[in-house]
Amino acid sequence: MNRRGSTVLVHVALLAGGVVTLFPLLWMLSASFMSNGEATTFPPHLIPHAATLDQYRQLFVRLNLGRAFLSSATIAIITTLGSLLINSMAGYAFARLRFGGRDRLFGLLLSALIIPAQVGMLPLFLMMKTLHLVNSYWGAILPALATVLGIFLIRQFMLSVPQELLEAARIEGASEWRIYWSVVMPLARPVLATLAILTFMTTWNDFMWPLIVLTDQTHYTLPVAMASLVGEHALDIELMMAGAVLTLLPVLVLFLALQRYYIAGLMAGSVKG
Amino acid sequence: MKSEARAALLFLAPALAVLGLFFFLPVVAGFALSLTDFDIYALGDLHNVRFVAFHNFAAVLQSKIFWTALRNTLYFSLVGGPVTVAVSLAAALLVNAKVARFKPFFRTVYFAPVVTTLVAVAIAFRFLYHPRFGAINRALESLGLPAVDWLGDPRWAMPAIILLAVWKNFGYNMIIFLAGLQNIPEELYEAARIDGAGAWRQFRHITLPMLGPTFLFVGIVTAIGYLQLFPEPYVMTHGGPLNQTLSAVMLMYEEGFRWWRMGYAAAVAFLLCIVIAAATALQMRFQERS
Repeated sequence: MNRRGSTVLVHVALLAGGVVTLFPLLWMLSASFMSNGEATTFPPHLIPHAATLDQYRQLFVRLNLGRAFLSSATIAIITTLGSLLINSMAGYAFARLRFGGRDRLFGLLLSALIIPAQVGMLPLFLMMKTLHLVNSYWGAILPALATVLGIFLIRQFMLSVPQELLEAARIEGASEWRIYWSVVMPLARPVLATLAILTFMTTWNDFMWPLIVLTDQTHYTLPVAMASLVGEHALDIELMMAGAVLTLLPVLVLFLALQRYYIAGLMAGSVKG
Repeated sequence: MKSEARAALLFLAPALAVLGLFFFLPVVAGFALSLTDFDIYALGDLHNVRFVAFHNFAAVLQSKIFWTALRNTLYFSLVGGPVTVAVSLAAALLVNAKVARFKPFFRTVYFAPVVTTLVAVAIAFRFLYHPRFGAINRALESLGLPAVDWLGDPRWAMPAIILLAVWKNFGYNMIIFLAGLQNIPEELYEAARIDGAGAWRQFRHITLPMLGPTFLFVGIVTAIGYLQLFPEPYVMTHGGPLNQTLSAVMLMYEEGFRWWRMGYAAAVAFLLCIVIAAATALQMRFQERS
């Protein structure tokens, strides 16, 4: 095949793939601006006749999804901030502090990556029940405050911090905490950004554990609330699509804004393979 | 250096406490739970728990529903996994093609589904799959093809869920493949061209073998993820029709958190864990051989 032909072919394929990939998202967005029943009329149309924000109003007025949005945001933000601190402390220790059994301990943590979280969910629920944390934000937040992947990510970065920098700070009499907080952490900003966006998105999108531990509507996150609403609103397509857009918007915007850090985290995570 | 070890302990304490308390302890306790008859009565009063040894495992292995769930899960993983990986590789090759323009744009577009919330897109796909109003059937009709009751037909429900999973996940593997492709030295292709190798032979004898480790990683990550199938059937089909989309994790959820047969559910979880470990080991063996 000549070069011209393959250029055309590659771009036709790229575009076709792009259309198929974006269609569900664009349709979701378009349907969310339609009035009741418009998405199911014949002949089918993809663009709303008269765009309306009615469905979004209904989300907040009738379905009270504003509360679910706040629950999602609260859980995701606290989890992100907490895991940044806890994972970075551990990652720093694994990379930069010498102690007996360090590498064995780290290896043990890594091997845990293949254990599916579901195995522990039944006892974890009973534990949360004993601690009176069922149906509280803390029940959703606490188990996510440290992750093996997060520790791994930070450790890989910290390994590249020059040892002389740390020694210089030690000679000046800085405490280990000062070195970590004032010397290492400012250098680690890119990897912290990566970990922050990964954690925020994972927490925001999480479904199974919140479904289990948040047993009452007052604490539902957006995915849990949406999953429980879709049954009774099976035919309110436009309304459900507005809910879906509300759920997706924060993560999509965040991804588009911080794509570089997100992809960096993904790549670092895959190197361990 | 004694003080350094002490500092390390303090730095590690929060993470180890969280992981130990909320991950390792529950996993071990999960095994203990699977050896008991923990049920709704035990939930009310712990004195009702009895040790039953491997009774739950025997019960699970003898129940038809478990094998149905396991078969569905394997169907989803063994068909959905390879299809996802193939689509990912195709997308990576396209985006990586020398003649391709606007690469970052297409990469971002293809990756977008990965960051979306599964529950939200599953709800959207529920409507896209609607037998009468759904866009997918309308597209089929406009091509003169018969409409399909995607989520209502026992034969089509799992393929429909696989399609959603492929759409949602291929972008992740694509990124990994892209990195793998960029690590292949250009000289290899040049040498092949001088030897007169065409595009297909270059792909077959350079690209594929050089991507070996990438395939292993992508295969393991996809397999582990797919064997834990849960939100898609929960939102789209509730395991139906006729249990044809009931997954192992969903069985665990239903038994454990709907009927509170937690001992039984813990046995299901452990059997799934064994399947996942076996799948991982199998892929590593396979990779070593080839």
